[in-house]
Parts: sequence; structure tokens; C-alpha cells
Amino acid sequence: MSSVKDNVTALPLHPEKSTLEGKNKFLGFWFFLGGETVLFGTLFATFVALRHQTSGGPAAEDIFGMPLTFLSTIILLTSSLTSVFAIMAMRDNSLGRMQLWFWITVILGLAFLGLEITEFTEYMHEDLGYTTSAFSSAFYTLVGFHGCHVLFGVVWISTLMIQSFKKGITTVTAPKYYVASLYWHFIDVVWVFIFTVVYLLGILGG
Amino acid sequence: MSVNAHSLSQPKQNSGFFSWLWEWLSTVDHKKIAILYLFGGGLFFLIGGIEAMLIRIQLAVPENTFLVGHNYNEVITMHGTTMIFLAAMPFIFALMNAVIPLQIGARDVAFPFVNALGFWLFFMGGIILNLSWFLGGAPAGGWTAYAPLSSEFLGNGMDFYVLGLQVAGAGTLMGAINFLVTIVNMRAPGMTFMRLPLFTWTVFITAVLILFAFPALTVGLFLIFFDRLFDANFFNEANGGNSIIWEHIFWIFGHPEVYILILPAFGVISEVIATFSKKRLFGYSSMVFATILIGFLAFMVWVHHMFTVGLGPSANTIFAIATMAIAVPTGIKIFNWIFTLWGGQITFNTANLYAVGFIPTFVMGGVTGVMLAVPTADFQYHDSYFVVAHFHYVIVGGLIFGLFSGFYYWWPKMFGRHLNETLGKINFWLFFIGFHLTFFFQHFLGLMGMPRRYFTYLKGEGFDAFNMVSTIGAFLMFFAVIVMLINIAYSAVKGEKAKGDAWEQGRTLEWSIASPPPEYNFAQTPLVKGIDAFWKEKMDGKDKMTAAEPVGDIHMPSSSIVPFLMSISLTIASLGFIFSAHDGVRKPALFVAGAGVVLFFLCMLARSIKDDPGFHIHKEEVIETEKGVR
Amino acid sequence: MKKWRLSLRLFPLFAIALLLSGCGKEGLSTLIPMGTVAKEQADLMLFSLLIMVLVMVVVIVLFTYAIIKFRKKRGQEDFIPKQVEGNAKLELLWTIIPIILLIILAVPTISKTFAHSDTHVAKGDDVIKVKVTGHQYWWEFEYPDQKIKTAQDLVIPTGKKVVVELTSKDVIHAFWVPALAGKIDANPGQTTSLWLDADKEGTYKGRCAELCGSSHALMYFNVKAVSPDEFKQWSKDMKDGPSAPTTASAKKGEQIFKNNCMSCHAVGEKGGQTAPNLSNFADRENIAGFKEHNKKNLKAWIKNPGKIKPGAEMPSFEDELSDDQINALADYLFSLSVKK
Repeated sequence: MSSVKDNVTALPLHPEKSTLEGKNKFLGFWFFLGGETVLFGTLFATFVALRHQTSGGPAAEDIFGMPLTFLSTIILLTSSLTSVFAIMAMRDNSLGRMQLWFWITVILGLAFLGLEITEFTEYMHEDLGYTTSAFSSAFYTLVGFHGCHVLFGVVWISTLMIQSFKKGITTVTAPKYYVASLYWHFIDVVWVFIFTVVYLLGILGG
Repeated sequence: MSVNAHSLSQPKQNSGFFSWLWEWLSTVDHKKIAILYLFGGGLFFLIGGIEAMLIRIQLAVPENTFLVGHNYNEVITMHGTTMIFLAAMPFIFALMNAVIPLQIGARDVAFPFVNALGFWLFFMGGIILNLSWFLGGAPAGGWTAYAPLSSEFLGNGMDFYVLGLQVAGAGTLMGAINFLVTIVNMRAPGMTFMRLPLFTWTVFITAVLILFAFPALTVGLFLIFFDRLFDANFFNEANGGNSIIWEHIFWIFGHPEVYILILPAFGVISEVIATFSKKRLFGYSSMVFATILIGFLAFMVWVHHMFTVGLGPSANTIFAIATMAIAVPTGIKIFNWIFTLWGGQITFNTANLYAVGFIPTFVMGGVTGVMLAVPTADFQYHDSYFVVAHFHYVIVGGLIFGLFSGFYYWWPKMFGRHLNETLGKINFWLFFIGFHLTFFFQHFLGLMGMPRRYFTYLKGEGFDAFNMVSTIGAFLMFFAVIVMLINIAYSAVKGEKAKGDAWEQGRTLEWSIASPPPEYNFAQTPLVKGIDAFWKEKMDGKDKMTAAEPVGDIHMPSSSIVPFLMSISLTIASLGFIFSAHDGVRKPALFVAGAGVVLFFLCMLARSIKDDPGFHIHKEEVIETEKGVR
Repeated sequence: MKKWRLSLRLFPLFAIALLLSGCGKEGLSTLIPMGTVAKEQADLMLFSLLIMVLVMVVVIVLFTYAIIKFRKKRGQEDFIPKQVEGNAKLELLWTIIPIILLIILAVPTISKTFAHSDTHVAKGDDVIKVKVTGHQYWWEFEYPDQKIKTAQDLVIPTGKKVVVELTSKDVIHAFWVPALAGKIDANPGQTTSLWLDADKEGTYKGRCAELCGSSHALMYFNVKAVSPDEFKQWSKDMKDGPSAPTTASAKKGEQIFKNNCMSCHAVGEKGGQTAPNLSNFADRENIAGFKEHNKKNLKAWIKNPGKIKPGAEMPSFEDELSDDQINALADYLFSLSVKK
């Protein structure tokens, strides 16, 4: 830890973009998110095309419950905020504070995943299996893809945080923390769309 | 082939087969990755070519029984899929890797590690796809794999298609992001966007198209995958699915894919024609503008592949007009090339013969494209040999001519030796004549009522003569490729050694350094003062670029075997998923698949934990190397 | 004088048109159109071709001139050509002219596309409606107004608009009769439509134009255009069903048919619907859609359909039925005629 502290004075204002490698990572990740947008866009389009094809199985308005998904939304939105705090701490070169906020982000992410699993199990009990209808396949695929992204984010941020004890905040590690938080925001934005298109429209039966 | 590649690898302290192999498996040097792409793509190009010959042999005479039914469908599917994804794409990436960093004055790409990963994913994807031949049969749904034929009716081969393309596609996507960042962030001082060589511009737009088109394919493949393996209902009409969704997703990817392929060829042609006319490219700004416009329109026209689906006349005409609009920027390019030739001093070597041959050939593919854009006329053309002729004019007459031109042009830069010109010219004329013989008459076959993907036609339908001519043409093309292989082997041993400015009238930065370039490309980052930077310096009487920095230590990334291991783990995962479709072994196969995925993530973790400090090539070493080459 | 020179210049274009119209076999080629839609499509194809040939000619002339005139000549090795940046006027010219050409092409494109997609049938319209269902690898035809079902040979009256409604039982197929009209896909679970008509009596070749499996290349059918009177008679006869078998062998064959084939095939109203309806089998043009219509081919088909059409659903009867039985069955099937 002490060696990390020695580096402190050398840290520039925006440590995530101060080296060419950092800039590359930063820009490359934005491009990656552009591709991810198309990926989710295609999944959304597929879902919208198939959302009424329940084929005799349960429909959206039959099973979706507002309280649970609303809670999920709040949790994920909060976690986005905590990751912002973590990056602010990173720019202040405050390792401990950054770790704290990122760990909170991870915990909120895990809570979200827990709720999602509960929700899916509940639907399964209400006879909405993956193979029930085109609607169910499209629903589980879209929301499941998002869930996998959350899971990946949780694992990613956790491994970064474990490493951060040894590596601290440097111009090498800062871009990594930064793009991880960028990823987390992206997941959050996708969820907002899922909440609107899948759940709100579903419950309203529109 | 390997002999050739070997002669180019810089000898390390302990030679021997395994250290040679290790070096190529673990390289992150863009110049070596270019060679890997070239020979990897070349291998699949030959396989795809043999498949093409099988098709032409079957169709040479009516009611032939050489290759029929399911087997024929396997061959056409693999021919299309192989040529598009496993030959054309890697050839493009070969040129991108070999040329782009040099053209923008960079020492490397933005993400050398990802670059290597991209190659290995493409290569293993191709291996997965071709393993299908030995493990229960190849996919047979056409390269377009329309559902529900692909999702419900065809056997295990389709799983190889889905997972092979998924793996190869992931590699392509990574490559695209890498080059986008490289071009944006790694340009030498003074290399503004409007001074970029046109090849770099077209690659930039191509990379943008890949970035926004390939994820759609990724999703589409997942949907088929889930339908096949986990009984999802996306395309299963009985449970509310809709097979037209696949067509939309496929063509939202598939149409941009066509421009992904052709734009780099436009770039190559622009470079080669300018170089061998000894003139700067006519209308550079309008060329850039046209490239961007084509890239933009590429996403607006996918429905022209689906005119016959029954989406109605309103949708059809809107997409028809958008499609016709593409003819305008394409026309701008054609005339700009002609006027680059105009008033120049044209050298006709093999590289330029291909470039010049490209112009009328591609225009023919372009005008039939406009004809196809008329929806009600397309009701007649669609899925007939007219379409087959059209897209071969665009993809072979356009893309492959462009790529071959690029190979002959940059070969001395990549390998330090020229290809033989006599063999080259034989290669060109055989290929050029063979190509037109093969495909020109297919236009008429289509109009006469011969549908594509037919394994035979009947006596008395009047298709005999043109089909025979087409087969003869195909054989000429086949011989042309053999001549090219001989040329490659010959030049590896006896080829004329290339100077840095191999054609003596090079215009762009890659010609200002040694052939092949040293590991670090530029001893000193060059200072770019205008378009055709090297030509400009030469006109000012200098023989090399003005440097933007003093000679110093050069930082290089370390090589890594991890990209190779990551692709191997995804291959294991894919094969696991493929075999999980067999009832008896579902559980163990899924376990293997899971293990492959876990292995993949462990590799990622290892990469994340171990920071790569790279290594330095010291100043003295750089000065020593530079002495040797001049 | 001037006019004469203009027509001389246009001569190659007319020559192309003339050349193309001689291309292919009557009843199969899109270039010898035999119905309203196909004719207008051929006109449009030719019109667009002429514009495109014009473009090609301009490009080729400029291109050929450039590569001949400006090739490197001996003794000029040190010559450095003028480095031209561009020419705004020229570049504008070759942007605007293509736009104009495209607008000229777009006008008939839009009007004809709408006209050819207009399959709306108002009450009282004098049209023939046909429901077409694609199967791997045969075509089912149903006339909802006449209440007739048949397969493989689509009978239509000449000079009347025929509206075709398409769907598929399995994978995507496409319905294409090149000499009469362009193709439209037959998608499972959906209906699409097209219309066509035939000028004169005759048999027009139809084919599947969307890869549908192993025997996609053999999924042929025929469109038989007959006079309106004949069509009226035919539809009446079809409803009455085929005449009963007369010979002993055919009667024996009928029994064999009932025992072995009727779970899938129907004759008249009776029988399964998963395989082609055979009510007017003897009147058909081809065996399996493309083989010559004779008993030899029929017997070969019954023995092993997969050998003739790879992947066909129908099982092989080689081991199920004796040669005698197959002979009788063939006699029966060849007695199934609605012609009086």
C-alpha cells in the first residue's frame, strides 16, 4: 500500500485519459458500447414483434407485477449513482472511498440479480416457461441477456476491486475502473428501456 | 505456404519448429497478424473455390447426378458462407493489418492483444464451420440460412453454422473496434482526417459498418441457436413465432456486410490507380464524401433483399428509391477513378491491371444492382441466376479484383519480395476472362427462368449452352488461382527483393520505410505535411519523411499466447453446444460447453490481473537496424 | 439527316432489346412474357436495361480512351503528370446526371410496383381466386369459390385475372411462373398474394424459387391456361369427381389405394390432406412435377420416391407392395380423369 501512496502526487487530473493506452481504452469502449446498443436494439425489436404471441400461455398483463420490478429499477438506478461516486473518488485519488462505492455497486448489482432470479422462478411457477410461446422466449432472452450483462459487470468490478488493493489508482488502472463504470451505466440505461418497453407496456397491456 | 511465411519471420536466438510455431501462435505484431490473416483466409479461399468447382461440374450438363439434393445444398451453403466470412473478410483484415498502421504513421495498432484475439477467433470459427464436413454433415440452408428451414428442418450441420459464425463474427467485431480506435487515436502528427489515404478512409467506414451490423447477426444467430438447442419459439410459427424476423435481422446485417466487403476494395483501387497513374486521386474530398454516404445508406436498404416477402408495395418502393440512391455516390467514385487515370502516365503491371479491370467489371455489377432495385422487376430477378450473376460481379469482379490488386501492390511491402510479373499477368488474364465467361451468361440464364440454388435443370429448358460456358469459365478461374499459388511459391524463393519504395512512385507513408518494415515500423514518427505525404517529400527532393521526434527507445507490446488459448476455449465451448443437440450426450456435452466458457473467462481474468509492461527496443538497436536497410 | 443519325446511334440499344426477346424457351422465359404482369415487368426490365446500357457505354468509352491515351510510353520515364486535385463542375455533372436518370427510372418503378401488388378483390369482380400452399416439395391448389382442390397443375382460364393467395405448410417457398408473373414467397403461418393472367392457352412452367430443402430444385409445377368455357366445364367436372375405374386391374388398384395411400392422399373429397390430391391424376402433365407422364415413371415413383425427389415425404413402397400390386395401382391412378 505504501508504494501506491508514493505514486499519488504523480496522478494527473483525468487519470483515465492521460496516457495513449488510456485514451485507446476509453474510445474503444465507447465503440464497443455502440455495438452493444445494436445488439440490444435487435433484441428489443424481436421482443416488440413477438410480445403478443402468447400462443395460449400467460400474457404480460397476467403475470408482471409492478412492485418487484419497480424495486429492481430503483436498485439498479442507485447502483449507477454509486458507481459515479466511485469514479469521483478515483479522480480525487482516494482509493478507500473508491473501493467502498464500487463494493456498494457490486452489492446492489447482486441484489438486482437476486430479485431477477426470484421473479423468473415465480413466472416459471405460473407456467411461463422458456418454451411456452414466442412471447416467453423473447422475454426471457431479452431480460436474460441483460441479466448476464449485470452478472458479468458484478464479476468484473469485483475482480478489479480485489486487484485494486495491490495496484491502487494509477494511470494504468484508472482507465480500467473508468470503463467498468461506463459499462455499468450502459447496463442501467438498457434496464430503463426494459422497464418501459417490457414491463410498463406489458402491464398496461398496450 | 509455410516456407514463405518462415522466411519472413525474424530469426530469434533459438530456432526450430516449436519456437517458430510458438512465435506465430503468440504474436501480437500487426504485420505478422496480417500474414496470418492472409494465409488463413487463403486456406479457406481454396476450400471455397473447390466447392465452387463442384457446383459448376454438377451444373455443366442438364440432369447431372454428380452432386444432388442435400449434398448439393451443403456445398452451396458452405461455398457462400466460406467465401464471405472466411475468405473475403480475412483478406480484407490482412490488408488492414498490413497497411493501415503504416499508412497513418503508427508503430502499432491500438490493441495488439485484441488484434491477435480477433484473428484466432476468426480462424477457429472457420475451423468449427468446416469440421461439420467430418462430424455429421455441413449446413444446408444456404448462406442466408432462412428460418424455419434452418431452425427446425435441417440437421446438426446448422449448429456448426451458428456457432462457427458466432465465433468468427466476434473476432471480426473486435478487429473493427481495434481499427476504429487505431485510426482515430494513433495518427502521426499532421495526419488529419482529410489527409488520410483513401484506403484508410474506406477501412474506417467499413469498421463503422462492422460495428453496427455484426451485433445484429450475433443476435440472429443466438435466436436460431436458442430455437434449435433450447426449443425457443422465435421462428416456430406453431407457437407464435415468425420466420420473417430472421430475414429482417439477417439482412440488416447482410446488406451492410456487402458494403463492408466492397468499401476496402474501393480503397485499394483508389491507391493503386493513383500510384500507377503517377497522379493524386481525382476528387479526394468527393471520394471521402461518397464513401461516408454509401456507408450511411448501407443501413437503409436491407428490404431490397426481401421484395418478394410480401411486405407490400409501399415498403418495397421506399426501399427501392433508397437503393437507387446508392448508385449516385458509387457513380461519383467510378468517374473519379477514370479521371485519375486521365492525363496520368499509366503503368500496367499486375496490380494495376486488376485495378483497371475492376472499373468496367464493377460498373456492370453496379448497373444490374440498379435494375434489381425495381421491385416489380425484382419479382422476376429474385433468386434467379440473374441475382447470382449480379452479386458475383460485385463480389468477385469488385471485391476480389480489388483484393488481388492490393495483394500484388502491397506484397513487396509485406514480404520484402516482388511477385513475378509474367506469372502475374497470366494470372490476371486467366482470371479476368474466366470470370466474365463464368458469370456474364448467368444474367441470361436468370432471365430465361433458371432459379438459383437448383442442383439441376431439365433437358429442353434451353439452359444447356450457357451453363457449359459458365463451367468452362470457372475452370479458367481455377487455373488462374493455381498460377497465383505458383507465383507465391516462386517469389518466396526467387522473387526480386523489394526496396522500401517498391514501385518507385509510392505516394503514402508505407513506402517511406523498409520492405518488410522493421518490428517498430517507424524509427521516428513521421511528420505529415499534406495528402500523399511521402510523394510530397519526394517532390521536394527528399528520400524520406521529415521526422516528428528524435530517435529514442521504442516501447513494444509483449507477445502472448492468451488470445490463442481464448479461441481454443471458445472452440471447445462451441463443440460442446453443437453436440448437446444429440440426445444421448446432452448432459456431458453441455458440461464441456460450460467448461469452455469458464476457461474463456479465466483467460480474461488472467489477462486482467497480469499487466503487460511490454518491452523496449533500444535506441542503439534502432539505429543499427535502420542502417542495414537503406 | 439528323434524325437518321440519331436512330443509327440508338440502333445498338434496339438490337439488344431484340436479341434479348429471343432468349429462352416459350412458356418458361421471362423474356417471352405471356401475361399482363410479365409483359409489363419485361418492359420495365428492358427500360431499366436501356438506361443502364447507356451508362455503361459512357463509362466504357471514357475508360477505354483514358487507358489507351495515357498509358506509359517509352522515353517518358521522368515525366511527372500534373497533380489534379479535382474539378467541381465535372464532379457536379456526374452527380446530377445519375440523379436525373434514377428519377426517370423511379416513376414507372413506383406505378408498376403498386399495380402489380394490387390483389384486392372487390365483391362482384370477375376474378378467379386460388389458394396455393407450398409443401416440401409439391404445390397444393385450392379454388375457394369453385370448392375444388388439386395439386401440381394449376388450371386457369385465359384472359381472366387470377389472384393467388400463398401460404406454406412447412418452410418458406416461393411461387414463380416466369412467363406469367414474378414470384412471391409462401411463408408458413402467413398469407401473401400476387395476381397473374395468361393471354393464350398453353402450359406454363412454374417453380419454387426459395431454397426449401433437398429437392428444392425439383419443386416444379405447371400452369395450364384453358379457354374460359373449358375452365367452367373443368371446374364442374372436378366437383363431380373422377369417373369410377372400369378395368379389373384398375378396380384392384382402387382397393390397394384405399388400404395404402388414402391416409395421406385424397381422391375427390375422401382421403388425407397431407399429400397431393389425386382426383385428376390422369390429366396431369408430369409425374412428380417434372418427369414424363407415363406409367413407367409412376411405378418408379411409387417404388422409391426418394430416388426421384431426394427428401420426399412419401415412403418407399418397394417392399410394401408387389410388382403386381404396383401395376394395378398405376392402372387405377391412370384412370383418375375428370375429362368426359
